[in-house]
Amino acid sequence: MPDTLEAPKSEAPQENQGPVVVFDDVSIQFTRKPVLKNISFTVERGETMIILGPAGCGKSVLMKLVDGLLLPDSGSISVFGQRIDNLPEREMFKIRARVGMVFQESALFDSMSVADNIAYRLHEERMPEEEARKKVVEVLHFVDLDQAIDKFPSELSGGMRRRVSIARAIVSSPDLILYDSPTGGLDPITSTTIIELVVKQRDVSHATSLMITHRLQDAFTLARNRFNPETNKMEEIRDGGIDESTRFLVLNDGGVVFHGDTRELVHTEDPWLKDFIS
Amino acid sequence: MPVALTESFAKNTVAAIQEYSLLAGRAVANMFSPPIYWADIFTQMDSIGVGSVPIVILTGFFTGCVLALQSETALEQFGAVSKTGSLVALSMVKELGPVLTALMLSGRNASGMASELGSMKVTEQIDAMRALGTDPVRKLVTPRLVATMFMLFFLTIVSDAVGIAGGALVSVTLLGLNATAYIHSSYASLAYGNVVEGLTKALFSGFIIATVGCFYGMRTEGGTQGVGKATTQAVVVSSVFIIIVDFLVSRLMISIFGS
Repeated sequence: MPDTLEAPKSEAPQENQGPVVVFDDVSIQFTRKPVLKNISFTVERGETMIILGPAGCGKSVLMKLVDGLLLPDSGSISVFGQRIDNLPEREMFKIRARVGMVFQESALFDSMSVADNIAYRLHEERMPEEEARKKVVEVLHFVDLDQAIDKFPSELSGGMRRRVSIARAIVSSPDLILYDSPTGGLDPITSTTIIELVVKQRDVSHATSLMITHRLQDAFTLARNRFNPETNKMEEIRDGGIDESTRFLVLNDGGVVFHGDTRELVHTEDPWLKDFIS
Repeated sequence: MPVALTESFAKNTVAAIQEYSLLAGRAVANMFSPPIYWADIFTQMDSIGVGSVPIVILTGFFTGCVLALQSETALEQFGAVSKTGSLVALSMVKELGPVLTALMLSGRNASGMASELGSMKVTEQIDAMRALGTDPVRKLVTPRLVATMFMLFFLTIVSDAVGIAGGALVSVTLLGLNATAYIHSSYASLAYGNVVEGLTKALFSGFIIATVGCFYGMRTEGGTQGVGKATTQAVVVSSVFIIIVDFLVSRLMISIFGS
């Protein structure tokens, strides 16, 4: 398994400053039902933001707003310092070229092989076939799925599909990675494998990322572990330490109930939050 | 509340028409700007066009057969059985060839497009495509539109030809007509305007099948149940549109060519 992948693409100097994602008073509703109400938060460069909350509280909607797949009814959203809430779809593609997204149910293209799924963006960018194939092999090796290159999504297990989905999201070395419930519906062992992959990606590429999870255990694994390139394994940070770049955003009933780091979350006095994380 | 229901229905209808018009407009505009997904266009041509050849041949052939058989009774009363070829050819080329072929393709392909795109929508593959930097209308709708319009044009010609051949078979074997007289009567009765009318209908029908099928597919909601609903709606709406547009084009062609 390779220990390193390409670092995120170099950016223009002025874009290296400031937060990667900024939500300012964002609201959205579907058929008169508010989903997110006046949400504000920021995600700094290199940060891993874990998004928690009960089912149906708008986590996936928030993720789609970050990638411009949905537009807010009010408020502003900036990604890489650029307002995206009023951007035409064509202009949005330039932002999305720097974002990788892992969908809840993997969303692999059924009619394409694993290799073609992963190389999809590279083909769209007109990368020469030989170079694209090399990158696909490299990234499949990273997610430990070398043998699946010529298979079709229907031949893969749930865990393998998620790993292919992660491979597709990171193949172009994006600056921002969005994981929408990468462990949802998986058994605990497979979930740990996927979280190990997320930790590995975080510690190897240092890309900014947002991750939705329903499993608190996964969230704390991410906060309390690091990837050791020497042993090629995830291991607990010594002396009960935590990863300082990992932060939490907890949503409930369409609003933000918590935004802070692991220690603040663990020591919260909010009764609802205490109950939620217990 | 009936007023509220009427208002909601009117709003939804106007919104759907607006959404359909935007989708159709974008699908057409994409034909004239890069990137054009040629591989997808050829794949769709194979799936929509070549894959539909057997049903189009069978439908066209037996329509021609039954047309000859049924017309014999009526024509006999006027001593005009020799005009069977003319009647079959005109009916097939102007009306039955284009309309029946379009309805068959609607049943086979509008449903296929709605279910395929609907499945992609509910499994977030359309969103994934957008997230990966591709315009789904350009990648999914435009190739289907080009392929359907192009292939339906030629499938209609095939249907017309086998329909006339079917009519000939029945006329010669069952009605005892002379084969040469049948062919001559068929050929002589067809004017330039008749062929243009039939093929114009094919182009309009192709547009309807692809845009309606893709429209219902792209707006699918509600999981597998939604896919089933989208498929049914696509077939029903495209079939009704085909018949309505058939009437409008017929009226237009009569005003242009005279008959």
